[in-house]
Amino acid sequence: MVGQISIQEVSKEFANPDASKENIHALNGFSLDIEPGTFISLIGPSGCGKSTLLRLIGGLDNPSSGMIYLDNKKIEKPGSDRGFAFQGSNLFPWLTVEKNIAFGLKARYIYKDSRKDVSEFINLVGLGGFEKSYPHQLSGGMQQRASLARALVGHPSVLLLDEPLGALDAFTRMNLQDEILDIWKKYNMTVVMVTHDVDEAIYMSEQVVVMSARPSKVEALIDIDLPRPRARAQDTFQEYRSKILEILNFGGKIEEAEYYL
Amino acid sequence: MKKTQVIIKIILPILAIILSVMAYYGLEDSGRQKATRHPYYIYFVMAILGLYIIVVFAAVFGKKWRKTLIYKAPLISGVLLLFMIINIVTSKTTILPALYFPSLDRIIGLLFEQRIFLVENVLSSLKLLAVGFIWGASIGFLTGLALGYNKNVGYWLNPVTKVIGPIPTTAWIPLALSVFPTTHAANVFLIAFAVWFPVTLMTSSGIQSTSQVHFEVSSTLGASTLYKIMHVAIPSAMPSIFLGIFYGTVSSFATLMAVEMNGNSSGIGWYINWQKQVMMYDGVYAGLIIIAVICSLILTLLFKVRDHILVWQKGVIKW
Repeated sequence: MVGQISIQEVSKEFANPDASKENIHALNGFSLDIEPGTFISLIGPSGCGKSTLLRLIGGLDNPSSGMIYLDNKKIEKPGSDRGFAFQGSNLFPWLTVEKNIAFGLKARYIYKDSRKDVSEFINLVGLGGFEKSYPHQLSGGMQQRASLARALVGHPSVLLLDEPLGALDAFTRMNLQDEILDIWKKYNMTVVMVTHDVDEAIYMSEQVVVMSARPSKVEALIDIDLPRPRARAQDTFQEYRSKILEILNFGGKIEEAEYYL
Repeated sequence: MKKTQVIIKIILPILAIILSVMAYYGLEDSGRQKATRHPYYIYFVMAILGLYIIVVFAAVFGKKWRKTLIYKAPLISGVLLLFMIINIVTSKTTILPALYFPSLDRIIGLLFEQRIFLVENVLSSLKLLAVGFIWGASIGFLTGLALGYNKNVGYWLNPVTKVIGPIPTTAWIPLALSVFPTTHAANVFLIAFAVWFPVTLMTSSGIQSTSQVHFEVSSTLGASTLYKIMHVAIPSAMPSIFLGIFYGTVSSFATLMAVEMNGNSSGIGWYINWQKQVMMYDGVYAGLIIIAVICSLILTLLFKVRDHILVWQKGVIKW
């Protein structure tokens, strides 16, 4: 089975925008192994380096030291084996929904052979009938769906989600959570999701990684042992919730702001 | 809208035409204007009447035509009345010197009688404009792309562009005429130059403002650098590139007129200058009318192309 991620002693420093100050250590000797087919969430205080870690797995940045392996191959640059859905939908505004989703297949010159995948994924995310629409004609939830389909259509072994549902209203959000779970089950890939919503992490994941403040390390690795479909009002659900919040040391209060790092 | 209101609007242009004809024949000529062989102004007004009647018939059947007609009818009447007033002032009164303000009969007559010669000149101008434009726009696009995408190219080329670009094209005329082997080559260069600078500037700025996230998205989807340039940077810069082409086109018109007045013997700019030198101001006006029509046709065409290519971002620049 593919989609095994191994993060070994990874550190990442950024130059401080204020040049007179020290470099920012986003991650410091971070290690984590993710089994193939796992749905794992990264949660932690604002600016703790969750998104940084995701970008490193995606190959968009390189670690300052340490290694990340995907199926025993070192990750050095972005690749179509890792689908990436960014904060906000970031669809190409000059392409229709259909062409946005087909972008990766065309870029890899495999569109001719996998043309039917495009319509399959359009229907999968419920955008049938909107093939010829431009992104600005869609609602936020629909844009996010299209963006998911774009990341999925190349059949990646790993799906990286960077707060994919952050900007959506509560109802759209819950719908999309279920849809993402359906997709995960159907295609059986490894999903790494960054979120700042504890409920979302518990509802969706098999494992929740609670990260400490900068420089970040694994504070706790919690297996969520709940039957699916999960009910948010369940007692055990609430137990997980209090446990995670306690580790995060918020005592029931969740910080609102999220800074992109 | 009330029915009577609509009918009044549609009749307005016809009333304006009747009034124009009455003024033409009813008022006495001042006799200062050179007589023409035919009452060309009346022919012109009648041609407009004929066209208008055809459009009215089309409007009876087509809803789209009807809307446009009702909307434009007052404007058409206004233009016709303006022509009538110009005609009265130039041919019926002695307010303005007849040498510099020829009658409409003479201008329209000239447009008609010299039509073949005028078309030849227009074609010569358009050819020069097209060749210069294609050179300028393509080189400008490539320079802008290199400037915008590659930091090293930007380091060396940016200062050059910034120093040379803003020099007014007309200031290059003396140098261009002596450096290039033929006047035609010099003229092509000058027009190309006028288009090159704005296209370079706007292409480079458009490429540089391409969203970083879009580049990252395409990297994660497996796109190569070349693919990213062709399918992310360029489409994303397209609105800006079009703005550059628009500025370039406008400045190429100005340059065209300037270079044609220099050592040329064809082209519509040359024609105007020549007519002025032989004190034929009816020719000067005819030339101006032709230029106005052609330039606005070219710009309209340009915006049609833009609307077609940039359907995804409607209504950013209105025309």
